[in-house]
Amino acid sequence: MNRIQQLFKKPGGKLIPYVTAGYPLLNLTTKLVLAMEKGGADMIELGLPFSDPLADGPVIQASSQVALKNGVNTQWVLEQVEIIRKSSQIPIALMGYINPILKYGYNKFFSDCRQVGVDGIIVPDLPIEEAKDFVLLSKSNNISPILLVAPNTPNDRIRTISQMAGDLVYCVAILGVTGEKLSKEATLVKYLSRVRENSNTPFIVGFGIKTHQDVERINRLSDGAVVGTAFVEKLRDSNHPVKTILEYVKELKGIK
Amino acid sequence: MENPIKTYTLPDEKGHFEIFGGQYVPETLIPALSELKELYNTLKQDGAFTEELSQILKSYAGRPTPLTYANRISEELGFHVYLKREDLAHTGAHKINNVLGQILLAKRMGKKRIIAETGAGQHGVATATAAAKFGFPCTIYMGTEDIERQKLNVFRMELLGAEVIPVSSGSCTLKDAINEAIRDWVTNVETTYYLIGSVVGPHPYPMIVRDFQSIIGKETKIQFKDIANGDQTPDTIVACVGGGSNAIGIFHTFLSDNVRLVGVEAAGKGLKTGKHAASITKGSFGVLHGSASFILQSEDGQITLPHSISAGLDYPGVGPEHSYLKSIGRVEYASATDDESISAYIWLCEKEGILPALESAHALSFLRSPDNGIHSGENVVICLSGRGDKDAQTVAEFLGRDI
Ligand SMILES: Cc1ncc(COP(=O)(O)O)c(C=O)c1O
Repeated sequence: MNRIQQLFKKPGGKLIPYVTAGYPLLNLTTKLVLAMEKGGADMIELGLPFSDPLADGPVIQASSQVALKNGVNTQWVLEQVEIIRKSSQIPIALMGYINPILKYGYNKFFSDCRQVGVDGIIVPDLPIEEAKDFVLLSKSNNISPILLVAPNTPNDRIRTISQMAGDLVYCVAILGVTGEKLSKEATLVKYLSRVRENSNTPFIVGFGIKTHQDVERINRLSDGAVVGTAFVEKLRDSNHPVKTILEYVKELKGIK
Repeated sequence: MENPIKTYTLPDEKGHFEIFGGQYVPETLIPALSELKELYNTLKQDGAFTEELSQILKSYAGRPTPLTYANRISEELGFHVYLKREDLAHTGAHKINNVLGQILLAKRMGKKRIIAETGAGQHGVATATAAAKFGFPCTIYMGTEDIERQKLNVFRMELLGAEVIPVSSGSCTLKDAINEAIRDWVTNVETTYYLIGSVVGPHPYPMIVRDFQSIIGKETKIQFKDIANGDQTPDTIVACVGGGSNAIGIFHTFLSDNVRLVGVEAAGKGLKTGKHAASITKGSFGVLHGSASFILQSEDGQITLPHSISAGLDYPGVGPEHSYLKSIGRVEYASATDDESISAYIWLCEKEGILPALESAHALSFLRSPDNGIHSGENVVICLSGRGDKDAQTVAEFLGRDI
């Protein structure tokens, strides 16, 4: 069993911070991940930067540009996971667009991911129509393919997606890109109950989550809350990134 | 050289041209793409729809456009050159053919708003035009770099009532304008129709845009028979390739004929300089803007910045169907540099009294290339995809002239 499968056997809400690998500085990525764990994060989503991230809003776009300028590539990100694994067993999912992964080569990508200790992979521009080989290879390397569901995904398609994913599904909270506002309570309740009814797997929710209150709200309706843009904003505006991130994770968890 | 395809039925149900094409998009867009595909498949067999489209193409866009024999350049070159005059279509380029088709789809789908990307501004102008005619609010995304070199078209779009949103991410050109348009569409998918301007993007767009542009080839076939004493089809057809819509538009009907088909990409400052937009000639397999095709990318799979003096060709990808036609050897792909295209632009002005778009000048320039493989006495059709007024400023600057 990989770390994601183990984590989601436990009941209760979870906090999953996102950070773009190599942002704001190369030597911060491993420290930030460890600080997130220390603050109480349950799982980490680590972003593989891409030049044309069309599911991302301006904040994460800008962080990807900085990371690429810093020289980040897929191999470097995998090396960071390897370093983190020397001192941490926190579940790690990579979030990246399909083209750099294709270029790296599916076979090599999944076997390297397995070797360094990646547990899951999220690709926002790979719907199930194009994901067959990807999912097979992922599973055969004991890595959870975390497929996406959107607010306008019909019920039967939610069933197909979750069946194909097997372990975990990622629900995009809103019609939109990262960094936009969370929808109204009633809309969210309706959407996430629909997912609860139709999904065969646990599911996490991301896009637009910013506060402790948001996290609690989402955790009541799902199995975990992903916070992305808000972390990147904190990093962008901080002179003491590691400390800021540690405190922000605690704040989101409601730890005083 | 040419190996006609007898029965051509691609793309398949999922939008694949073998390994190319497909739907690499966020989940949010899947329902919209499915709806579009189903509606289109119904409407293309619906007589009332096809009649409405051909009426408006005739009465509003000015179709059919002429096929002009270019006697002075033919004389110079030693073979017969015919120009398919998309420059004479309303708004000055082939883009209007696709826009009118898609705006009718948007109307049938009950959408409230049109968005589009533009590079040279021709697609933006065509979209703003059709939106005005059909009463849709319209937003056009355009890179700040392109806004700078196509000021006239920006003003035309604004006159036509469109809102032009400058895009200053990435390379500030067409690729980034498409990213921004897709982000808008993901956010407003329920009310908004994304009117894509070339045979790129996720399925069903490459198929729909191709079908709407294939009127260029259909007319050419009939017109050629009429004017080229006795010959049934031309020997060679040449078109420029940015995303590839004018090229697919003129090629498609001829895929099963004995006709040599040549697409000309932008070689920019030269294929060896790295400053070009030749995705087929120099690119490799990858995924950009929702489909798999040949793209310009780094070893790490990051999209690299293209260069062409012609904004309409300045794109690091190409429609998936072109990649497929290249892979099976049905279409040849050549390239022309900035310098060669400027020189061809001036050449056509002086010899035929026609200002070609700089995009189209890339196709013209192939005629003058010493190793183009065209034999004397052959019949060659060039797709003159647009008119060149929009490029006069760029050409003047290139020549160091103040206007
Ligand atoms: C006149 C003209 N020709 C050609 C193109 C290139 O597009 P495509 O390759 O889709 O025909 C453009 C694009 O803006 C254009 O304006």
